[in-house]
Amino acid sequence: MSIEIRNIAKRFGNFTALDHINLEVKTGELLALLGPSGCGKTTLLRIIAGLEAPDDGQILFHGEDTTEKHVRERNVGFVFQHYALFRHMTVFENVAFGLRVRPKETRPSDAEIKRKVHELLNLVQLDWLADRYPAQLSGGQRQRIALARALAVEPKVLLLDEPFGALDTKVRKELRRWLRRLHDEMHITSVFVTHDQEEALEVADRVVVMNKGKIEQLGSPSDVYDKPATPFVYQFLGDVNLFQSRVHEGWAHVGDARFAAPQGQTDQAVVYVRPHEIDVSREGGAGALSGVISHVRLLGATVRLEVDVAGQDAVEVELTRERYLQGDWKVAETVYLLPREARVYVPSAAEWTDGGGI
Amino acid sequence: MAFKQHSVLPGFNLALGYTLLYLSVIVLIPLAALFFKSAQMPLDAFWHTVTDPRLVASYKLTFGASLLAAVINLFGGLLLAWVLVRYPFPGKRFIDAMVDLPFALPTAVAGISLATIYAPNGWVGQLFAPWDIKIAFTRIGVVIALTFVTLPFVVRTVQPVLEDLEKELEEAAASLGATRGQVFRKVILPTLLPALLTGFALAFARAIGEYGSVIFIAGNMPFVSEITPLMIISKLEQYDYVGATSIAIVMLLVSFALLLVINGLQWWSAKRLGRRK
Amino acid sequence: MAQTPRSIATTESRPVRWALTTLALLFIALFLLLPLVSVFTEALRKGFGLYFEALKEPDAWSAIKLTLIAALIAVPLNLSFGLAAAWAIAKFDFKGKSILITLIDLPFSVSPVVAGLIYMLMFGTQGWIGPWLNDHDIKIVFAIPGIVLATVFVTVPFVARELIPLMEAQGSEEEQAALSLGASGWQTFYRVTLPNIKWGLLYGVILANARAMGEFGAVSVVSGHIRGQTNTIPLHVEILYNEYNFVGAFACASILALLALVTLGVKSWVEWRTEQLAARDRANAVDG
Repeated sequence: MSIEIRNIAKRFGNFTALDHINLEVKTGELLALLGPSGCGKTTLLRIIAGLEAPDDGQILFHGEDTTEKHVRERNVGFVFQHYALFRHMTVFENVAFGLRVRPKETRPSDAEIKRKVHELLNLVQLDWLADRYPAQLSGGQRQRIALARALAVEPKVLLLDEPFGALDTKVRKELRRWLRRLHDEMHITSVFVTHDQEEALEVADRVVVMNKGKIEQLGSPSDVYDKPATPFVYQFLGDVNLFQSRVHEGWAHVGDARFAAPQGQTDQAVVYVRPHEIDVSREGGAGALSGVISHVRLLGATVRLEVDVAGQDAVEVELTRERYLQGDWKVAETVYLLPREARVYVPSAAEWTDGGGI
Repeated sequence: MAFKQHSVLPGFNLALGYTLLYLSVIVLIPLAALFFKSAQMPLDAFWHTVTDPRLVASYKLTFGASLLAAVINLFGGLLLAWVLVRYPFPGKRFIDAMVDLPFALPTAVAGISLATIYAPNGWVGQLFAPWDIKIAFTRIGVVIALTFVTLPFVVRTVQPVLEDLEKELEEAAASLGATRGQVFRKVILPTLLPALLTGFALAFARAIGEYGSVIFIAGNMPFVSEITPLMIISKLEQYDYVGATSIAIVMLLVSFALLLVINGLQWWSAKRLGRRK
Repeated sequence: MAQTPRSIATTESRPVRWALTTLALLFIALFLLLPLVSVFTEALRKGFGLYFEALKEPDAWSAIKLTLIAALIAVPLNLSFGLAAAWAIAKFDFKGKSILITLIDLPFSVSPVVAGLIYMLMFGTQGWIGPWLNDHDIKIVFAIPGIVLATVFVTVPFVARELIPLMEAQGSEEEQAALSLGASGWQTFYRVTLPNIKWGLLYGVILANARAMGEFGAVSVVSGHIRGQTNTIPLHVEILYNEYNFVGAFACASILALLALVTLGVKSWVEWRTEQLAARDRANAVDG
């Protein structure tokens, strides 16, 4: 089941939640809608589900216009951020709900419902909790029950709103992998919303990065991470150092270093470099930036150096623990930074370019 | 902006339509009838009716006794709420439930019971009889009855606020050197103030319109112990519908004014406590 | 009410606590317990025999029946109103919502006597549609319909008032989930909304019932006080009291006082249960 989103727009009062979005979700894929809060991702998900009505545009399921269809008839499985489990029903009854409310003609027999619910509870590995009430479950358990409940109606599309948002880090990581495995088994077209880039990159087949009601980039996890289409995507996905610079004859200069810059109307430019894409050395060379180490932070497997560079904000450099130990870097010593990768952004230019690096 | 925000839930038109129809038939149209009836009457005749000296005496009694009852409950209610929230004592749940008795006990029952207790030969009345103090069948009786029926208001508005009051606030004040009295005056009381005033206004508003509990204990002597609602009844008994309507208009206007005050107080209270209504 | 003990810094000295508690209990005893107790002692002053005699009297019986009829009509009507109003107000956003809430509360701020009067002006012989009703031989005031109407008026807000904040606090995510699973509107209401609000509903209903059975002022105006026909229990109490039949008056009053005690009992039980459920949920929610 493919989903086509055509020119969808939505406003709340003066606030533009979605600004004419176009997007296609392919059959059987797991797509992430990624963005900061208020970017419109949840609104888009709710419009796909039929929980919200768009001001403009269409939603097509498998080529068929469903914009006017009620959520009841869309046959989507929706997993709510706070699960929305029916608090007065047992886990079993929660999962059985979608089957029990069917019209008499299509409603399965009690035995069939029982079989089906237990099958689903086994799938989410929580069959032993069938008689509990939602309030008696942990967050991770509730999440899996909510998913089982959504799957019970055999939805053509599965929609998940911040599925791991309310869980603590450890449970979140487990559930993430579990969801991915589940998807690989069932191949149901799925869309999930998240503000956590790590989650989107790890779980999804494709990622849609959204900002202020617009799509910034659509691509595979490696595409959006390695080839960010806009400065927003670059900054949103992972840590990044920003260097203010001026463009001169096609090069953006930062201290002694220079980066290939696109043609723009101004000479203002910003150079983006990820902390782990910087080499540190004690010897200066062509294109190296000199600075003084102000802090050394040990973060488990990696080590982060904070380097004060004249005329710039403090620069963060990420090293593996091994390389840090080899270099034996100390606070207050002068070092030279060599960016391996950099991207240059000139505000007025249409495109931004790969600035190369040394 | 549209009249109604989009929602996927069904039944809005049915629910709102039924609500409005029901309210109109039961409440709004009959109330409107009252205003139409009074509109048939010339203004000076209306004025003459509502400023009749016997009626003015009843206004004074109704307002005065209601005010006094509300003040008694302002202090009594604060005390009760305080003790119920803060101090452990046996039978607390029972006492807490009893506070709502005036809401649950029919006013006529309260009326005859209070009249009996405070009569000169009653349980309480006989204690005052030797000093020649009469309670039942005087204005004091009216105050007693109104205090009874409006007792829960202040307690029930103050109690939840007191329960939610952060202990840390008081601990902070104490750590900054405030005495217990200062903490109460400068930290606790200002927080409770909106709730206290709301409870006071609710009690006052209820007292103004109260009828059943008062008439048995009041004695209903013209110019002395007649309350305004009773005046409506006596006009009706003389088939003076126009007179009854005029008094009712005065009472309704007072009620609406109080309703506005109460809504304002509740809005202020919600804002003060940083809660969304 | 599970409360952490207060530290010495945030409570009063023992004598002050003791004095305040005593004062509060005296206040309660004088103003609340004494009247309640006196109802029963006065009713039983001449023994159980006369007490039951008084209750068996035909006029008392007909008053009890009429009271039950009025409550049986008024309470379900206001229950349906409360549900509809709370559904519209708590689950949807629309203009004029706060005005509507104020209008629903209106009957609480109108004097019961005025409430009775407005029906006299509508349906009485000199009223708006009184003459028409007279021509068609329909009696509303000084008859049962008037008593029911007055009772409905004074109990309009009870159920709605309990349900609106409760349903607002619960939000509508569970309903949305039900709809997304294919439930119809009625199924959603019946299977999801109603079970979630049943305690609040019960609460509102018992309060409305207590008021409906005990209403005096409004009913007094429209009843006409015809013994054995249009007297409810509170009105019958008044008549007996004014005839100096104190045992009879207090015997009937004691029925209403018992009703009040049952109401308070159910109310505390509902509150206690809600607290227990909340505490249990808190205790059982373990992360893992």
